[in-house]
Amino acid sequence: MSFTPPSDPKKPKGIKVSQLCDLCHSRKALIKRPKNLQKICKLCFFHVFETEIHNTIISNNLFEHGEKVAVGASGGKDSTVLAYVLKLLNERYNYGIQIVLLSIDEGIVGYRDDSLATVKRNKEQYNLPLEIVSYRELYDWTMDEIVACAGVRNSCTYCGVFRRQALDRGAAKLGIRHVVTGHNADDMAETVLMNILRGDVARLEKSTAIMTQSSGSPIKRSKPFKYSYQKEIVLYAHYKKLDYFSTECTYAPEAFRGTARELMKNLEAVRPSCIIDIIYSGESLRLKPKKTKRAPPAGHVEVRSDGSVSLNGGNFVDGNKCERCGYLSSNRICKACMLLEGLQQNRAKLSIDRDVSTEGAAKLTRTLEQLTF
Amino acid sequence: MVNVKVEFLGGLDVIFGKQRTHKVSLSGESDVTVGNLIDHIVDSMIKNPRDKDVFIENDTIRPGILTLINDTDWELEGEKEYVLEDGDIVSFTSTLHGG
Repeated sequence: MSFTPPSDPKKPKGIKVSQLCDLCHSRKALIKRPKNLQKICKLCFFHVFETEIHNTIISNNLFEHGEKVAVGASGGKDSTVLAYVLKLLNERYNYGIQIVLLSIDEGIVGYRDDSLATVKRNKEQYNLPLEIVSYRELYDWTMDEIVACAGVRNSCTYCGVFRRQALDRGAAKLGIRHVVTGHNADDMAETVLMNILRGDVARLEKSTAIMTQSSGSPIKRSKPFKYSYQKEIVLYAHYKKLDYFSTECTYAPEAFRGTARELMKNLEAVRPSCIIDIIYSGESLRLKPKKTKRAPPAGHVEVRSDGSVSLNGGNFVDGNKCERCGYLSSNRICKACMLLEGLQQNRAKLSIDRDVSTEGAAKLTRTLEQLTF
Repeated sequence: MVNVKVEFLGGLDVIFGKQRTHKVSLSGESDVTVGNLIDHIVDSMIKNPRDKDVFIENDTIRPGILTLINDTDWELEGEKEYVLEDGDIVSFTSTLHGG
């Protein structure tokens, strides 16, 4: 699959004064900014879009000079624009960072293989090194196999948990301690909304942080597009003719997020600033501190409904490590290892079911094994 | 009779036989508007009737799809009222796919 850029329109004939850009007053306004309804031309748009991201980076001290930074690259619009803009700003403002593209191959035929082809083209187009980490090499499972085993309904749960770790491990492999992702303002507002709708207060406060880091993990994550509208990212990619991949994942999207997204889009149509307003509300939220429970007796271990076991009497301790893989976890065994174990048991069961040796002597032995007195 | 180019980008091409660029000729007694073009797209260009909801909602372009007339946001051109001219490019870009 090759890249076909959007067509260039013919030159406009005459421009009315009312059509001029609000900023430079000399060129025709092409877009209306959702943030403030300003009408601006293409060149002023490039300038304000890039400068706002630069200001976000500087005011939050996202980068250190000499730092190596991995861009979580999926080949989609957000990460493609992110890689392009970061490279541009790094050269323009001399952040002194080294940018590497880091892609995760979940193993979804017909979706990820095509999007990885886009990332490979981006590597050439932007002249950035690329590293691909696959679920196959990390977990010995591809998403296609997981779906075949666990069903389509759970696909996003598995994929989400595994990808989070995969990005960290890929970065660790490259000796990089900072992963940037293309999450935009729409994504963030959507997450805030979802956490409110679900009553997930524990996540609500953290969900608007531009940079997250756990004391136990050497790898920090940040979102330079936190204040960038999806609409503007798509417009930027369109005007700059950036090569990005746009197909929905083969497996059904998480139903609840889809509904929240629809709600956000409908709200945006009525009041475009609501996206940035929701983020602002999320940032300003300060939750009332939780009442501390009476301490359980010494040696008490709580077993949760999902079978996980709490450590240290249920107090969340930042920096705990999974006993199996050493990845950061609030439980003894991390979520990914727990999911893998469940999958592994299923795989074993499946292979026995298909076993042809369950006839004759072997079948007799197996039946005898099951006998109890 | 007016000849325009219509583009379906950002993944929208899947409901138009995976073809991104289409040449469209529209005839009408009076001026042909973007509103007429949208009606034409919905009535005769979408292959599967079930895909109409992907493109249209409450009789207008679905929120989340970016509509550009000659690279200008259609909000600045009068949306459906814009009168098409020969050689105009109208593009529809979905912004909803994952990043």
